[in-house]
Amino acid sequence: MLETRKNNLLKIINNFLFLKNVKSKSMLFFLLLIFSFSSHSQDLDVNKGKSLFNANCAACHKLNKNLIGPALAGVSEKYEKEWLYTWIKNSSAMIKSGDERAVAIWEEYNKAAMNAFPQLSNEDIDNILAYTDYKPEPVVAATALSSGTVQLEPQSSLSQDLVLVALIIILLVLTTMLYLVNKTLRDIATRNGIVVEEKQIKPSTPIWKLFIRNQFLVFCSVVFFLLSSAYFAYGWLMQVGIDQGYMPIQPIHYSHKIHSGANQIDCQYCHSSARVSKHSGIPSLNVCMNCHENIAEYNGEEDLEKGYTKEFYTSEIKKLYKAVGWDEEKRIYTGDVEPVKWVRIHNLPDFVYFNHSQHVNVAGIECQTCHGPVEEMEIAYQHSSLTMGWCINCHRESNIKVKDNDYYTKIHEELSKKYGVEKLTIAQMGGLECGKCHY
Amino acid sequence: MNKSLKKYWKSEVELTNNSQVEKLRHDEFVEKLPVDNLFEDEKSLNDSSTNRRDFLKYLGFSTSAAVLASCEGPVNKSVPYVIQPERIRPGISNYYATSMFNGYDCANILVKTREGRPIKIENNKLAKFHGSANARVHASILSMYDSGRIQGPMYDGNNISWEELDQDIIKKLESLRFNNSPVALLTSTISSPTSIKIINSFIKKYPNITHVEYDSISESSVLDAHEIMYGVRALPLYEFKNAKYIVSIGADFLGDWMGSNYDGDYAKGRVPIKVDGTATMSKHIQLESNMSVTGANADVRIPLKPSTQKLFLAHLYKKISNSDINLPELDKKTNERLIEISKDLTLNGNSSVLVCGIDDVNAQLLTNAINDLINSSVKSSSKVSLIRKGNDKKVNELIAKLNNGEFSGIIMSGVNPAYTLPNPKSFNDALRKLDFSVIFSMKMDETTSLCKYVSASSHYLESWGDFQFVNGEYSICQPTIKNLFDTKQFEECLLSWSGNENSFYDEIKSNWSNNILLSNTKWNKAIHDGVYSSNDSYNLKSSNNSFSYSALELSKIKSSNFELLLYSKIGMGDGQQANNPWLQEFPDPISRVSWDNYLTISKKDAESIGLKNYNESNGALNSNYALVKNADIELKLPVIIQPGQANGTVGVSFGYGRMMGIKSEMKTGSNAFSLYDKFSKIQDVEIKAIHEIHEFACVQLHNTLMGRGDIVKETSLEVFNTKDKEYWNPVPVVSKNHIETAVNKKEVNIYQEFDRSIGHHFNLSIDLNACTGCGACVIACHAENNVPVVGKREVRKSRDMHWLRIDRYYSSDVSFQDDNQNKDDINGLSDSLSVFGQMEDPNENPQVVFQPVMCQHCNQAPCETVCPVAATSHGRQGQNHMAYNRCVGTRYCANNCPYKVRRFNWFLYNNNDEFDFNMNDDLGKMVLNPDVVVRSRGVMEKCSFCIQSTQAVILKAKNEGREVNKNEFNDACACSAACSTGAMSFGDINNKESEVYKRKKDDRVYHLLEYVGTKPNVFYHAKVRNNDKLKNI
Repeated sequence: MLETRKNNLLKIINNFLFLKNVKSKSMLFFLLLIFSFSSHSQDLDVNKGKSLFNANCAACHKLNKNLIGPALAGVSEKYEKEWLYTWIKNSSAMIKSGDERAVAIWEEYNKAAMNAFPQLSNEDIDNILAYTDYKPEPVVAATALSSGTVQLEPQSSLSQDLVLVALIIILLVLTTMLYLVNKTLRDIATRNGIVVEEKQIKPSTPIWKLFIRNQFLVFCSVVFFLLSSAYFAYGWLMQVGIDQGYMPIQPIHYSHKIHSGANQIDCQYCHSSARVSKHSGIPSLNVCMNCHENIAEYNGEEDLEKGYTKEFYTSEIKKLYKAVGWDEEKRIYTGDVEPVKWVRIHNLPDFVYFNHSQHVNVAGIECQTCHGPVEEMEIAYQHSSLTMGWCINCHRESNIKVKDNDYYTKIHEELSKKYGVEKLTIAQMGGLECGKCHY
Repeated sequence: MNKSLKKYWKSEVELTNNSQVEKLRHDEFVEKLPVDNLFEDEKSLNDSSTNRRDFLKYLGFSTSAAVLASCEGPVNKSVPYVIQPERIRPGISNYYATSMFNGYDCANILVKTREGRPIKIENNKLAKFHGSANARVHASILSMYDSGRIQGPMYDGNNISWEELDQDIIKKLESLRFNNSPVALLTSTISSPTSIKIINSFIKKYPNITHVEYDSISESSVLDAHEIMYGVRALPLYEFKNAKYIVSIGADFLGDWMGSNYDGDYAKGRVPIKVDGTATMSKHIQLESNMSVTGANADVRIPLKPSTQKLFLAHLYKKISNSDINLPELDKKTNERLIEISKDLTLNGNSSVLVCGIDDVNAQLLTNAINDLINSSVKSSSKVSLIRKGNDKKVNELIAKLNNGEFSGIIMSGVNPAYTLPNPKSFNDALRKLDFSVIFSMKMDETTSLCKYVSASSHYLESWGDFQFVNGEYSICQPTIKNLFDTKQFEECLLSWSGNENSFYDEIKSNWSNNILLSNTKWNKAIHDGVYSSNDSYNLKSSNNSFSYSALELSKIKSSNFELLLYSKIGMGDGQQANNPWLQEFPDPISRVSWDNYLTISKKDAESIGLKNYNESNGALNSNYALVKNADIELKLPVIIQPGQANGTVGVSFGYGRMMGIKSEMKTGSNAFSLYDKFSKIQDVEIKAIHEIHEFACVQLHNTLMGRGDIVKETSLEVFNTKDKEYWNPVPVVSKNHIETAVNKKEVNIYQEFDRSIGHHFNLSIDLNACTGCGACVIACHAENNVPVVGKREVRKSRDMHWLRIDRYYSSDVSFQDDNQNKDDINGLSDSLSVFGQMEDPNENPQVVFQPVMCQHCNQAPCETVCPVAATSHGRQGQNHMAYNRCVGTRYCANNCPYKVRRFNWFLYNNNDEFDFNMNDDLGKMVLNPDVVVRSRGVMEKCSFCIQSTQAVILKAKNEGREVNKNEFNDACACSAACSTGAMSFGDINNKESEVYKRKKDDRVYHLLEYVGTKPNVFYHAKVRNNDKLKNI
């Protein structure tokens, strides 16, 4: 028995060790990879080529995919270097001159001439070509390894199951043993004539009867019970209709964290109505396409734990393309649209009037003040309670932004004199009046 | 334990082994509980005796279920545009200048759209003529969102496609042309220059087509007279702003006379402004039979039978032209008036004018002749109105031919002859027989249902178009929303039937660029403005002929016992919009009756025939019916006893009694077109009483002021000019320590005054001199504030929801001033009883006054102090706020309001089949203003001074970082923005530049019920009548 337990324990420990081992091994490989990469780049200056590529070419080209221009991986194998030099430095001249291959490309890509890059030296172009030709071999190994770790996962969960089963078996064995020992001891006792005394339980008054007899205690506990239930009932009732933290699943997994956080896009680039209108406005899909015409796949950070892989994000971009009717291959709008039905997160009741422009443009409040750390939200949720108390509180505490607004100049001067304060709060301006928001 | 042998028994019967006892012992209750069949039918429910417990069970269950269900909010979806149009931003209104003409109403307007849907009509101030919308034009926006519209083209009652319809019709048109079979084209008046071109080229292609224009309410006599005298078939145009002396014989020019829209100009001359201590204003004398809005506004109103009016006109011509005509004599009193009027007409010379509404060519000839004789500058010599073109002769000819089967086909647009013809039976039969009958229509109305081909036509808010209401004054009509249904415009179809591939828009644009716009005006500018003025003008010269013959002819007409004058009500017009609940519920300015038309009759005649008006125990108005007989046509109508109605005359309004293509609630009243014999508004009729009861929905049950001159202050121009303000507009006094103290003094105020000198402080000024009672503000308020329609049954219970009402009062003596005198002269209890009793009855020819009343936004509001939940409270800007979500519906506020302006939602008026109006209809709801909440059942509501718009104006200024401009607030309130006469002016009295501040300084200012001490933010201007001299005649 003990033997098996030991075995099991060993197994568990081994498992842990093994996992750790894998991790450290992969780390090792990773380090190696970086090292090899950097050592490799010193010869061909792939890094320099990469930065040149990103600065000059990436708007229209990708390595492995046709964008506005063709995919560039392995381009130096298709065309000789000299030809490429002339093409890159002035493609339109080449087309005019009637170079067969140049004209062929021009015609293939919708007769859109490539920009001329006379500023690039031959060396620069070499570096770029080095980058485009570069086949990172260790990456293959790394992917193999990472797929290895993925394979390990079910194994470890299997072993956990095994441990559980083993533990149950042990428990069962122990119980049986205990029963058997007890039985054997009793047998021995009866055989030896020893009377095992059964413990006599004296009938005493049950505790609830005692409780009932103490009228004062009953009274106190009833009062306590009533008060506490009233407290909880009130608390429960007061949260009815408040959806703080409401985080619905949206038809497209749009990450504010990526757009607003990582890419630092201004809130009002998309929610442009917030400056002028009562609604902040959910951007129409053509606003998305301002960027996403050229951003077809996700290349940023991943969160593997939650399953937010690059593939996942890229598939969400595809959903956008489907909705807006964008044909990625032909790079045209098909007109076959499917408007996106977003789930509205911030719902004010009908009897409240709220105007974004008053708060965003006139008062200059940051979006985050009410909407919370949107730039950190992978999935958007309701940050504030949106109750009237919450509104009123802010109106009591905040001052009016008088600066550069002629509307307030006179009225602020007169009112602040009247109230004897230097800065007026919104409440003092009449921001607590019922009719200002309810009509 | 030992088993006990003791036996307990309840009665001795138990000892006898009775089976009954045995049975009873096993049942808990003596009778079976009636639980199972409780809800099976009503009878068992009523009969069951023990349903209380079950009721409580169900109640408890359903309450808790409802509570649980309500804890989770609904999931709201937001669907943004795929490609957002540049000009549309959610939450921001766009305005488009457009114009409308439906054959009866016309106006140059601005359309407010939100998220691409039109929600309100506003006046286009750039327009020189017809720049203001009347009540019907304001309401026309709801007619677009009518779910009863025809949604696509049809043939023989079946839906077909436009291609099929076009192909079919072109084929038939070609074959008819081949056979040279005549086809009629019957349309309403076409005042569009481009449409006229299109129709002409259509007729050129199919020469077998005859085009006839048909006005449902004809102005043919005016057109004929104008053509005879000036050679131009058009309506004369009057510019009342030049008028000092206005004589109107039966012309309701503040109502619907000749397309009207004269009220703005008229009001300009009606406001007395003191210059060097003396004020002048125009003088207006009205001779008429029915009490019209115009008559109510007149300084002197003389009730006359139409036949006497004609004679009067003939005499007037005789006097002014100094001709020697042998005319029958007028009675003495009328003759005195005639002398006075003819004297004043000549005296005032070119600033006087005579207008005449008598449906007779001779009368119109004389009117024109008199205006030319006095050289009136009010009647335009260069401009004419082009909004009526119908020719009775041609229409009659066409109908006769059609009835005889001489036409092989008919195309109709904008007309509904099966409803508007006096005797449509033969027309209907002829129409039914036709193989080729096409109609352009929005509704499955009386005529449409008889036609083979139905071309579903677009509403004007979905259409392109251009108009020329006045010569040289052009308007553009542009779509403000995409077609809601599969509809097409009349012109689009004509273009495609005549083989023209251009769109109507292309045609308009090329016509404007080539023929209308001068080279320096851009098409885009014309579209932006909606109107364009060219230099086109006529030189209308009088022919200097003698019209003695006409005067003679006019005097020949015999008078009869009862003369009927058919008229159109401000609410319903010619009945095109009978399916519009806003207009149905709109109370008539004079009778204050909604949801009905009726026979108006004078009190004397009513008594002699035995007709009665009386109030039921709940206050609602009832009446008898009268049978109106005209030749062989009989019409049964309820009766309104109308003060001011000339004896021997009766009146009935057009526009009611529509029976097809409208909801059952809207099938109100009777069709007066059946009495419109020979297209003459004046008919000889016989009246008989029918002793059946009709139930009216009348919103004002008390008609006189009972001598309470402080509610409507009125004075004469003479007094106004000569006496101090204290004499004719005294501030009421109250007793403070037995000393009479003015109510606006500080020491009689029990409240601590709030300092309102900082920031905005809103006031609304209402000038009773300028208010004509037209009611455009009532409908504008309806549209702006999502005011519900409650239906006839509820209005009868005084549950109408209008935030703004226009009270109409009659004087019980000859004038209101006499009423005040009579009240002051009362001596003793018995005298007071008899005098007050008499004062309840209006005079035979009373003075009439209109008073718009809405929430007065009292600075010391009685409603605010009694609200137990503080749902109504005062704002710093002077508005009395109403928080609907806080209101619990105690109605204390309404009880404590001295002005009775608060409205209670007795029911849920939206999404409720019991109130099947626009708010119970997905399409009808599109007209709702998204900035104003739709109120629920059980809450109080009232005028808010359009706080949503004042806030929007303030926010606009804040966003642009500037102060609010001086008159920017005036257009914030729907009522003051809609007011074409300038009677209402809204604004900030803390802005010393604003119009309302200047108006508050006026001597005529008073507050309603000032002695109550409510200190309202609405103030009125006392009415001044220019009636001193004529009072004695």
